Amino acid sequence: MSQAHLLIRKGRIIDPASGRDEIMDLLIEKGRLARLGASLDAPGAEIFDAEGMWVLPGLVDTCVRLPSPSSIASETRAAASGGITHLCVMPDGNPVTDSTAVVRLLREQAMKAGFARVLPLGALTQGLNGEQLAEMRTLTDAGCIGLSNAGRPVQDSLTFKRCLEYAATFDLPVMLRPEDSSLSSGGCAHEGPVATRLGLPGIPALAETIDMARALLVIEQVGVRAHIHQLSCAGSVALLRQAREAGISVTADVSIHHLLLDESALANYDSRFHVRPPLRSTADRQALLAAVADGTIDAVCSQHSPMGSASKAAPFPDTQPGIAGIETLLPLLLKLVEDGDISLLRALDAITASAGRCLGQPIGMLEPGRMAHVCVVDPTRQQRPGDDWLSRGLNSPWLETMLPGIVRLTVCDGRVTWLSD
Amino acid sequence: MTAEDTSPDVQLTDDHRLRHFLSIDGLNRPLLEEILDTAASFVEVGDRSIKKVPLLRGKTVVNLFFEPSTRTRTTFELAAQRLSADVLNIDIARSATSKGESLMDMLWNLEAMASDMFVVRHSDSGAPYFIASQVTPNVAVINAGDGRHAHPTQAMLDMYTIRHYKGGFENLRVAIVGDILHSRVARSQIHALRILGASEIRVIGPRTLLPVDIEGLGVQVYTDLEQGLRDADVVIALRLQKERMDSALLPSESEFFRLYGLDEHRLRVCHPDAIVMHPGPINRGVEIAPEVADGERSVILHQVTFGIAVRMAVMSMCISGQEGGGVL
Repeated sequence: MSQAHLLIRKGRIIDPASGRDEIMDLLIEKGRLARLGASLDAPGAEIFDAEGMWVLPGLVDTCVRLPSPSSIASETRAAASGGITHLCVMPDGNPVTDSTAVVRLLREQAMKAGFARVLPLGALTQGLNGEQLAEMRTLTDAGCIGLSNAGRPVQDSLTFKRCLEYAATFDLPVMLRPEDSSLSSGGCAHEGPVATRLGLPGIPALAETIDMARALLVIEQVGVRAHIHQLSCAGSVALLRQAREAGISVTADVSIHHLLLDESALANYDSRFHVRPPLRSTADRQALLAAVADGTIDAVCSQHSPMGSASKAAPFPDTQPGIAGIETLLPLLLKLVEDGDISLLRALDAITASAGRCLGQPIGMLEPGRMAHVCVVDPTRQQRPGDDWLSRGLNSPWLETMLPGIVRLTVCDGRVTWLSD
Repeated sequence: MTAEDTSPDVQLTDDHRLRHFLSIDGLNRPLLEEILDTAASFVEVGDRSIKKVPLLRGKTVVNLFFEPSTRTRTTFELAAQRLSADVLNIDIARSATSKGESLMDMLWNLEAMASDMFVVRHSDSGAPYFIASQVTPNVAVINAGDGRHAHPTQAMLDMYTIRHYKGGFENLRVAIVGDILHSRVARSQIHALRILGASEIRVIGPRTLLPVDIEGLGVQVYTDLEQGLRDADVVIALRLQKERMDSALLPSESEFFRLYGLDEHRLRVCHPDAIVMHPGPINRGVEIAPEVADGERSVILHQVTFGIAVRMAVMSMCISGQEGGGVL
């Protein structure tokens, strides 16, 4: 894949970062976004006719889980097919990202595959054990963009505070997913009427809000750069609003499935809907949607967790939580736009510029002079994701659902990484 | 976008007959009454000198127990034998690794032996649903207790007992006392009582043993035993597991008995003809006083007798639903 010399003609250019939304041409020269303008002239450039299509910044996914470095090729290709150029990878793969060797391996595999930029998070504590600090500065020097304990939040409050203090010393961003494990332990479904009916051990919303409150208090006191992953309930949204009003600087994301689904999906013990944090009540879902719509929640992520079929083929409590969602992030978000829940510009902002800001990276924008990260979407067409599925994980409830939007072209780092009819 | 539209009741055939028996939830009153009526016709089989009918002759029933149980397994075994089926008992200690895979391997192996019915007990809620989704269409699955979810044959034998002693369910006040949170029996009883038209279903216990939103199942919640028992026609005590004390749900057995244990003195506020039931095994002096368990209100031993007839009814109805259910 060589560096593109490419003229994308007559597309509707939507760039949430600058607020630009107009029909014009976009020229990529030597891999860089050279110019935006009406009727650009570019002798020798390949032409992509984008009439009737949207031309967007390459999409940014703030939370992706990869089982191992060997899955990078398949999963970044899946990402490219979904218009994604940057994916932030959690440190809880196998091996855990707590050494420079693992960071290097992730980066090399991503480079070799060449489909998307992998932005690794390093472990906040060694082995994610929640006890000893990981070599945070070494990990970020090796290429990690931030630090996280992924799905295993640091429970001991003293250790947690020290983690944040150490990170703040070097101005390193921390990414946190709030969950008090003493309240969530053994649970597999939202503690509510559906879990009661199905007899499934519950995870109360309180497991998230207690830890969210603790995290916000420590973030405020320490003054660390922080991002909160995967809010799942109305209570967390309320805490986030309060924190913002109090002037605490913190960003947050939500996974796309928490915007579309609620606990009722678990009827008949369908393990495809086993996710962590669990799908919660309709009221929680509506609060999350409203918070994305008004920008309180900055970004929407796929929380992509590809897994083999054996992980879901068991009685519900024994199955692994997670949805393979990197290919459906954009189409599902467009469905919410279609349904009138979120404006188009805000939806796109949540997977481009805002998502980039959550990660502390200048990405997700169409800025001339920079390396080109672009995707072109045909919004008039629909597709069934399962017809053209690339992820190794088939654990998606949407394989057979018609969804709006087809990604026709993805350019990452100035190279064409996806092209379809 | 929810899954509600994609969740037809897997336990019913297209013409609303039983093909599996996984939960009372979702069944209708005529079907529950059919189970009770069919069971009534089997009760007398137990009184004969030759206690067999040939309804399941040539069929193979596999008791697949992933959780230890003597009583339930024995009554299923007897029920299958009285229906003339061949019975295979398999007790499985769950391995800690790759549970899903080994479970599926086992199912396929058993299917290869031409089994016609799996009677499943499992510590995971929903496990029988998973098994029903994996077996070939002509194999019936009966839930013999899954996690905290359901124990539908136990609930139906309790309904049989109530109908036997009370004549029906109209104008009936039923109180269920104790550990509702962990009880699959209570959940199934609540569904059955609601569907059969009991006028009032009460659950009584401390808040640590009451599941959230239990009111949504159509019950009234009481935390005071005496208030909950007032004018009750049927009182059901639930077994209290000893491990509840270790997980900070209760301070002690003795305080539980002092506040929620059934003794003669507390039962005086019930209806004078009230019956007392218990799904067993009983902890005398924890959830129920010995003089109540063995007293004249107690119908506990009759429950066991009726249990065999109810299980015969469910097994024969599932097999007939499978055969008439249109397997190509």
